[in-house]
Amino acid sequence: MLLRLSGLKYQIFDLGRIDFIHAWNFQKEIFLKAKMHLIDSAIVLCEHDPVITIGRGGSKKEILASCQELNKMNIKILYADRGGKTTYHGPGQLVVYFIFNLNYFRKDLHYFLRWLEKLGISFLNKFNLKANSKAGLSGIWIDNKKIASIGICVKNWITYHGMSINVKKDVLDNFYFIRPCGMDIEMTSIESILGQDVLFSYAKRLFLSSFKEEIYG
Amino acid sequence: MVKVILPELGEGIERATISYWYYQEGQKVNKDNDLVELVTDKATFNLPAPCSGILSQIIFKEGQTVNIGEVLALIEEE
Repeated sequence: MLLRLSGLKYQIFDLGRIDFIHAWNFQKEIFLKAKMHLIDSAIVLCEHDPVITIGRGGSKKEILASCQELNKMNIKILYADRGGKTTYHGPGQLVVYFIFNLNYFRKDLHYFLRWLEKLGISFLNKFNLKANSKAGLSGIWIDNKKIASIGICVKNWITYHGMSINVKKDVLDNFYFIRPCGMDIEMTSIESILGQDVLFSYAKRLFLSSFKEEIYG
Repeated sequence: MVKVILPELGEGIERATISYWYYQEGQKVNKDNDLVELVTDKATFNLPAPCSGILSQIIFKEGQTVNIGEVLALIEEE
């Protein structure tokens, strides 16, 4: 299962820590460039300030805390134009956005979602973690705990939004304020499973290495 | 009249739910502009207008589920 670039160029952006809205606007700029054929495809790596986002399939009912509680914790709530339900983003979570022109690859939403899962699993394998996808449920799991969430938006067969992977242990604390993906599930992170610290910069390097392997086979 | 048809979205995808119409009946639409947003699995998919003209009839409303190949709307081409 490969997305071969066959000579096409892709760009990598690392925005560091950035709030969700700014990263969203950045994605839209790159999306427009892709639409105008100024670039082929791009990935954007970042880490967000605390925010709960509700996808097109979600609702505020999936948020378990009051607005006052969330305000006190400086956690914003935003509606996003991606698929999927409610999720949390915050420091310690690697967020990767994929502005991919599927016209150059394969015009198949499910294929692309499954490819994202495969990429995430390859990345986790680099930590010697055995992760898997679950039939009928998007995202990446380790045993019965979810470690990565996926949600995309596609316009003119160009994607944006993408995948968030829990790296640090602390990122899990704020998932208790929501029902992740509208389900009663437990989330986990790389650090929680390994039982040791993982440098965020190291995780990013490994992700890029997995990305290049998956894209070129 | 030009039919707006829900295209193939991928293997195993048989239907999608309409989440948002960017235009109302009677409004002018431009070719390739976003016309309707659909939701499937973990993806939203925006279908562009196939031609410029007047959106004369919306057949499926927001919240309704549509099968691949069904006609979503009609556009009176300019």
